[in-house]
Amino acid sequence: MGKRIDVSDLNIYYGSFNAVADVAMTIEPRAVTALIGPSGCGKSTFLRTLNRMHEVVPGAYAEGKVVMDGVDLYGPGVDPVAVRRHVGMVFQRPNPFPTMSIKENVLAGVKLNNKRIAKSDAEDLVEASLTGANLWNEVKDRLDKPGSSLSGGQQQRLCIARAIAVKPSVLLMDEPCSALDPISTLAIEDLIHELKDDYTIVIVTHNMQQAARVSDKTGFFNIEGTGKPGRLIEMDDTRVMFSSPAKKETEDYISGRFG
Amino acid sequence: MAVVQDTKLAVELSSAGTSAGRRWADRAMTGLVVLAFLIALIPLVSVSWTVIVRGIGRLTPYFLSVSMRGVYGGMDAGGIYHAIMGTLIITLLATLISVPIGLMTAIYLVEYGKGPLARWVTFFVDVMTGIPSIVAGLFAYALFALILGPGIRSGFVGAVALSVLMIPVVVRSCEEMLRLVPNELREASYALGVPKWLTVVRIVLRTAIAGITTGVMLSIARVIGETAPLLLVAGQTDSINLNPFSGRMMTLPVYIYSQYRQGLVPCAADATDCIATINYDRAWAAALTLIIIVMGLNLIARLISRLFSPKTGK
Repeated sequence: MGKRIDVSDLNIYYGSFNAVADVAMTIEPRAVTALIGPSGCGKSTFLRTLNRMHEVVPGAYAEGKVVMDGVDLYGPGVDPVAVRRHVGMVFQRPNPFPTMSIKENVLAGVKLNNKRIAKSDAEDLVEASLTGANLWNEVKDRLDKPGSSLSGGQQQRLCIARAIAVKPSVLLMDEPCSALDPISTLAIEDLIHELKDDYTIVIVTHNMQQAARVSDKTGFFNIEGTGKPGRLIEMDDTRVMFSSPAKKETEDYISGRFG
Repeated sequence: MAVVQDTKLAVELSSAGTSAGRRWADRAMTGLVVLAFLIALIPLVSVSWTVIVRGIGRLTPYFLSVSMRGVYGGMDAGGIYHAIMGTLIITLLATLISVPIGLMTAIYLVEYGKGPLARWVTFFVDVMTGIPSIVAGLFAYALFALILGPGIRSGFVGAVALSVLMIPVVVRSCEEMLRLVPNELREASYALGVPKWLTVVRIVLRTAIAGITTGVMLSIARVIGETAPLLLVAGQTDSINLNPFSGRMMTLPVYIYSQYRQGLVPCAADATDCIATINYDRAWAAALTLIIIVMGLNLIARLISRLFSPKTGK
């Protein structure tokens, strides 16, 4: 598990609007890549192209190459649904399915695809996924309670458990902590640290301390002005990015001079 | 430190002046709202009271279990079994026709439809909402007269006529319910590698099912009291007919109408078993039965929607 993704010449559009232009980056396997940048610079949009969620929005499409394991995710004959089984995603706001229990939420990826699973296998999968998401001890006695009965931080970890239950290779996180309190944030950050042993993780964050804490590589996106496309300005090891970035723009952003 | 009262602030914060006006306006508006509510309640209470008082006397197990076959004049006999069964069968058939069509149209509009086709569908649904019920009846009559020859009357034709009235209501209410499902849930499902159609069936419909049930019940309530189209295409009869595909079928609204139209019975002065107001009594009792049926259906819908609504309890 954990795969390398090579992105080249990626242009992302909403209708005729070019939202993100000419992105080329390599996402290392079994590492955490953080994407930072001011609001509206296209980092979330870019993240959503990595599992073809971008095109769910009417009129949205992407051009270019996103190669994972030698397969271009935007090549002809590639099924976006299959891509999403290999590249999981955690959203900004926790979104457990309100009609399902905690257990059913974890099994959602399996059950919703009408796959049959033996009862004992299902129980193992629930335990493994919840343990993987550091939630097992908190919920093991109430697996049949609704997912929405948990706190925000727990719900977000439930969503992570749900995402890893389908055994993806890559996990995308779109500002996973922005709706959470500091303690829940810490719990998620610890979890990200553990998850990177098995998964390739890409995280979008507005919090630069968080990027510095959790990531191995950091990419900085910026936008020249409204109506202009966002671009990847610089990408390097997180340590380098936060100590001696190559571009002045990056330094300005990281040191808080704008954004 | 000495407390120095800021007099200007004290004046601004005091409840005198503007606040008095605001409090008065608040009271006046509260009064208006309550008054409007009470006025809206008057017809409801009045109708319920009248129907119960006039209908309860004749509403006996006997009345519910016999038809009108062989009943004439002022006889203290006859019932509405045939009309209850007719109403239930025709409404059930109309529901079976309307709900799949209406629900799938709503799914198309919310999940798939964009561009001119969706706009036209929305437009025609709006137009259909305004169709007078007698026109729906004439449409069904004309349709089946073309296929099966003129003079056709059956429960099924009545169900088709009711469907014309029911489909737009189902589309509208289901559409609203489906739009209420947060987009985040759809995205969460897509992100798990679930195809769109399964997301619609397993997440969107499942989350909205409580509201959809309520909407379907409302649409049933909308058509179960229809008289004009059924008078036209389902006809009337005094006998029990449980086959919607053959022969005329009595329904409760038509029964109420026909009983009331017959009016007072001219009883002989010395007749002992003749009730002059029997037709009116039957009509009121049938009306009460219809109201009870609608209330029962609503109750069932409440239970279903409570059973399926998203769980929030701890």
